[in-house]
Amino acid sequence: MEAVKTSEKTTLQVKRFKPSENPTTNFFTEERGLKAWLTTVDHKKIGLMYLGAVAFFFALAGFLAIALRTELWTPAKTFIEADTYNKLFTLHGAMMVFFVLVPSIPAALGNFILPMQLGAKDVAFPRLNLASFYIYLIGAVFTFIALFMGGFDTGWTFYTPYSSDGDSATVIWVTLGVFILGFSSILTSTNFMTTIHKLRAPGITWDKLPLNIWALYATSIIQILATPVLAITILLLSLENIMDIGIFDPAKGGDPVLYQHFFWFYSHPAVYIMIVPGFGIISEVITTFSKKTIFGYWAIALSSLAIAFIGFLVWGHHMFTSGQSPVATTIFSFLTFLVGIPTGIKIFNWVATLYKGSIDMKTPMLYVFIFLFLFSIGGFTGIMLGALSVNIHLHDTYYVVAHFHYVMMGGTLMALLAGLHYWWPKMTGKMYNETLGKVAATLIFIGFNMTFLPQFVMGAQGMPRRYYNYIDQFTPFHQTSTVGSYVLGVAFLIILYYLVKSLMSDEKAPANPWESRGLEWQSTSPPDLHNFDHTPVVINKPYDYHRPMEEFQLGLAVEHNGHGEAHDVDVKETEQENS
Amino acid sequence: MANHSATHPAHVQHHFVDSDQQFESAKMGMWVFLVNEILFFGGLFTAYIVFRAWYPDLFTQAAQELNKLWGGVNTIVLIGSSLTVAMAIRSAQKNQKRGLELNLLFTIILACVFLVIKYFEYEHKLHLGIAPGSFWNPTPEILAELSHPKANIFFSIYYVMTGIHGLHVLVGIGLMIWLYIRARKGHFSSEYYTPVEITGLYWHLVDLIWIFLFPLLYLIE
Amino acid sequence: MGRLFDFMLPENMSPLTADYTDGLFHFINEASTIVLVGITIALIYFAIRYRRKSSDDKTPVITHNNKLEITWSVIPLFITLIIFSWGYKGWLNLKAVPDDAYEIHVTGFKWNWAVSYENGAQTLNEIHVPQGTPVKLVMKSRDVLHSFFVPDYRVKQDVLPNRYTYVWFQAEEVGESQVFCTEYCGTSHSNMLAKVIVHEPDDFKNWLEMNGGAGGSGDPVEAGKELVNLNGCQACHSVDGTPGIGPSFKGIWGKEESLADGSTVTVDENYVRESILNPGAKIVAGHDNVMTPYEGILSDEDITNIIEYLKTIE
Repeated sequence: MEAVKTSEKTTLQVKRFKPSENPTTNFFTEERGLKAWLTTVDHKKIGLMYLGAVAFFFALAGFLAIALRTELWTPAKTFIEADTYNKLFTLHGAMMVFFVLVPSIPAALGNFILPMQLGAKDVAFPRLNLASFYIYLIGAVFTFIALFMGGFDTGWTFYTPYSSDGDSATVIWVTLGVFILGFSSILTSTNFMTTIHKLRAPGITWDKLPLNIWALYATSIIQILATPVLAITILLLSLENIMDIGIFDPAKGGDPVLYQHFFWFYSHPAVYIMIVPGFGIISEVITTFSKKTIFGYWAIALSSLAIAFIGFLVWGHHMFTSGQSPVATTIFSFLTFLVGIPTGIKIFNWVATLYKGSIDMKTPMLYVFIFLFLFSIGGFTGIMLGALSVNIHLHDTYYVVAHFHYVMMGGTLMALLAGLHYWWPKMTGKMYNETLGKVAATLIFIGFNMTFLPQFVMGAQGMPRRYYNYIDQFTPFHQTSTVGSYVLGVAFLIILYYLVKSLMSDEKAPANPWESRGLEWQSTSPPDLHNFDHTPVVINKPYDYHRPMEEFQLGLAVEHNGHGEAHDVDVKETEQENS
Repeated sequence: MANHSATHPAHVQHHFVDSDQQFESAKMGMWVFLVNEILFFGGLFTAYIVFRAWYPDLFTQAAQELNKLWGGVNTIVLIGSSLTVAMAIRSAQKNQKRGLELNLLFTIILACVFLVIKYFEYEHKLHLGIAPGSFWNPTPEILAELSHPKANIFFSIYYVMTGIHGLHVLVGIGLMIWLYIRARKGHFSSEYYTPVEITGLYWHLVDLIWIFLFPLLYLIE
Repeated sequence: MGRLFDFMLPENMSPLTADYTDGLFHFINEASTIVLVGITIALIYFAIRYRRKSSDDKTPVITHNNKLEITWSVIPLFITLIIFSWGYKGWLNLKAVPDDAYEIHVTGFKWNWAVSYENGAQTLNEIHVPQGTPVKLVMKSRDVLHSFFVPDYRVKQDVLPNRYTYVWFQAEEVGESQVFCTEYCGTSHSNMLAKVIVHEPDDFKNWLEMNGGAGGSGDPVEAGKELVNLNGCQACHSVDGTPGIGPSFKGIWGKEESLADGSTVTVDENYVRESILNPGAKIVAGHDNVMTPYEGILSDEDITNIIEYLKTIE
């Protein structure tokens, strides 16, 4: 037993708790059975259920993407009708945004990892956490009802008056679905914010928060401020469809540009809801696999908050051609460039972290490299689209399609894959096949660029988005893109194969296969039902790879009722000082 | 891992260190939720501002159709209910079970009075054909006063804003009834009154929103 | 001029509107390429140079470097400010219509572009313009949002139902340029195409005079046929029996149609009139309710002419 100072005020008695390599119980073995899963309030099980749901929707929407690309093999009809095509791209977009990208990292991985990185036993409101999962499912059910009623072809943006003057029944169902889904985001982020503020283990001061937590914190802020505005927008749109209230539909006295303002006030920050959590994962993985402290901790942490803040002021850059006022257009363009700066800062800091590191090119790290390359392209093309006169030319062409796929798929999804592979042994207790992992990552890189690089070219040449037919000159680009999408499809099947196979194998993953210093790795794999069998105490910064591993495995020496007994009051003081 | 024991009070959930941490967390969670609510209504207020800026005449004209007297009475009713909620929290803090129950009951009654008055206001308007959206079908007399071609949009905004606010009042009544039942069972004390406190926070916000809605909709000159 | 990314852009047919955009497009692409190559080289070099040699490699503690942070914040900031001003200038140019611009009215509707000229001439999906003259298009939509896009001129503008919007350009060469609709507008969004046809100024005058006052007197059948063409009815209703979004006009007169609600109707004057003015009233089975009402767009006389024309399509 040794005494370690955690702050200038408090002295805690701590001792080392090395995670067992052969734990007798874990959160899978406790609370078994379907009913236990469906009624669980354990953040880990909820996270995994989210992961399953997200994977399901990703597979579905990905399959739609393959169908869309196949249809685009020829300039005219290939195998589906125009109306079907329009419904499929709407569904692809709506599902990928609302059911996959928004909840993927925060609700699935974040739910699992966030309390562990804070040394907490659970999120602040576990029952609310379960409720938000079910709300998410109910939102999905509404969307499926719309689907079975014949589908909807409005585009995922639901622009009025197109969305309010046609067959409105299906639009009502899907918009109500999105409305309900919003509450799921709101509850999750309320939970995360409270957890980060109030449930940190002794010693975790704000400057010792892992960057993943900073990223999730920034994401929660955006979700809390933006999602309610989406909710009210969607509600008004539904009312427009139900009883013609005349706010957005010009035929009834409303204004379609007002709708676009309302919609993008959420949906632009939503882009950051999708990408900022990815930034968190990149910081975790890049330090672990270069065994080195992060370069520019505060630059990365604060740039997430800067992005969250500036991200609210740039929504109008989706509307440069819409007919909004010229003054607004100018201001929105200017602010758009400002949001590029913190993003650039992050990329440079990550690259600098690699300098003189001990770089181990395992699968998660490979995805980080792919992320850095693809996301950079996404960023540069974003600068291109922010430039006013160029935007006029490129708006609503395939250039935009390629840009947001580089950001969302090349950014968020690559980060998600990095995180999934990185935390897979922790979450499941099993190890996947490293060789297949690298093969799949390479295929994704090739397939991705093959799919989306040609889209930049044909977009700049004038190919508009959401086109079922196209003029002949674009055929070679479309065909290359389609082949690329098949390569991507194969790569994802390989990932599915080796991940499922790892689940069925008997081989156990070590508690900390990457020798990470992260607090979540100082538990068993998979973790105990309450994450740790002690109260963790943190004395080092999260990426202090120059400090010995023992210093990252500390916990309160004297436990009583699961908490630090005599030091209860002292510990509380530390926390108040922290918060 | 040690679980609950005698020194871990029953109302403290296992993942909290102590009662204070749980209370602080619940309170913060509710504040975050209230920020949400403000932005939710913020969207509606924005729509209101935009349309008022576009059609200022419409708003002055249409507001004449709203009943200032009953709107005013409702404002007083809600402010009264905020007071009784605050007193309920005070009673809980002071361990006055009877006071807590009574004050919750007063709050529920006042909230119901609000909704009843609102119901009669709606009823009166619908009777005159002043209805939202496609149900807009005012009587000729009303039409003579409301000559503005976009008059229906004002009432769309009116019904959506007051309607959503009314729903919040309804949810508030539900919560108060739940609190009342728990209070009768003696769940609350000066040690533990978190649900009363955070429901109170919610209720104050609902009142506050009405305090904005009333002048914005009723008192336009 | 042989810039690295020339292959990405279509030919520049309206230098007055396109030059700013093209210059900036090339600048951003080239600057981005330099930085991207830099990042990529750094990534690959670090990955090889600092690859893990043993599991107890020691790494230096480099927490931050303020000079570096400032460098890579301030330099990009300056570059982006340049880009902003450049783009802003180009955009002001796109908004500043020359005073002497020649005005043409364009109406977007599902899924055609109707064009009308100063002397009453009308065309559908063809915008005839004089060469070397600034042209201003005043645009409005009849139904949902559309967007008018000419890649060759680098101009694009949404077309709205409740206000007028405009674009301008000056085509310097005789020829044709493609027009796309770039705001999703339903089933045939991708067929909502048009051409800008550039004439020599004198040719344009001749063309305009020859086509002036279209749709006027004369044979009702001919007038009806012209109205059907000008209003783009054929985008959905074929005249040769090909199935389309709406029922084909071929042999439709006097036909017994079964409706979506199960009842039947005979195609006569009143049904045609109702279907033009209020298309949703009686939908033929197998078709969707997507047609725009022509109330206020076609006069009674127009409808009579169209009816006369329909009678002749057998």
